[in-house]
Amino acid sequence: MFNRSGAAAEGFVPPSAEDFIFRPIFGDSLFFTKPALLVFFSVIVISVFFIATSRKALVVPSRAQFLGESIYGFVREVIGRDVIGPDFMKFVPFLFSLFTFILVNNIFGIIPIIQFPTMSHIGFPIALALFTYGVYHAVAIKHHGFFKYVKDICFMPGIPKPIYIILTPVELLTFLVTRPMTLSIRLFANMFAGHLLLLVFTIGGEHLLAGGIFMKVLSPFSFVMAIGLTFFEFGIQCLQAYIFTLLTALYIAGALSDAH
Amino acid sequence: MTGTMAIVGFGLSTIGPGIATGLIFAAYINGLARQPEARGLLQPIAFLGFALAEALALFGLVLAFVLK
Repeated sequence: MFNRSGAAAEGFVPPSAEDFIFRPIFGDSLFFTKPALLVFFSVIVISVFFIATSRKALVVPSRAQFLGESIYGFVREVIGRDVIGPDFMKFVPFLFSLFTFILVNNIFGIIPIIQFPTMSHIGFPIALALFTYGVYHAVAIKHHGFFKYVKDICFMPGIPKPIYIILTPVELLTFLVTRPMTLSIRLFANMFAGHLLLLVFTIGGEHLLAGGIFMKVLSPFSFVMAIGLTFFEFGIQCLQAYIFTLLTALYIAGALSDAH
Repeated sequence: MTGTMAIVGFGLSTIGPGIATGLIFAAYINGLARQPEARGLLQPIAFLGFALAEALALFGLVLAFVLK
């Protein structure tokens, strides 16, 4: 499944984008590689966990039920209600599936054996960002009507006329290009950079271990650093899932508000 | 010495977002110190600002890999 051959004899090869390309699992089909497998696996994990913890809901929750409910409560209260406002309940299922899906796929990056964040392949964040893109435009068009929405974007009310020369292109670009682009690239680049960072220290440690006596002495430091960074990555992975969902909620809130 | 200038570009692109992130969290901590009850209000704003500033550094990282 991995490209990297364990032999580090011919000099240190720093990790690069090549390390993110996997061999197909079945035959030659480029569709089904490790990341695709992880996506299916994550859907199963999430479904099983939340069905198992919510089916026999008790008034005094078990530990797993408490965990499931606090994740749901966090998305509903902190991301949904506080950001979107009174109409938030409609969007909670979307936000919740987005949050858990990104969270589990990110955390795959630090789970032993799996150790690959699915979102470090840009195709997956792009697909998720397109969902958000579709949702916030659809919500705005449904709420304001198509022409009023376009007018609101192009000609923001209450601004002196000459400023529209600059403001209109910027606003159009923000709504149509920048938002989905930054949303997907932020998630992708964070996961990509995080995985690369872990690779640097583990591969570096392995290389040092294969070297002379002085290098062998130094290699534990590299591995300790890799372990420390694994915990740091856990924080980043949760934060990115939160930020992606928070931005989605903010865009929806912007689409629902009356004056932009 | 070998390498690409793209990596230097990435290094340069982290300066701005680094300063920006520092300013954002400084303001957030200041706000919390003055009014601890405002945490719920300030937290999403702080993390939103952090995410927006950090995105610029990450664009630099992506471009450093793309522009070989």
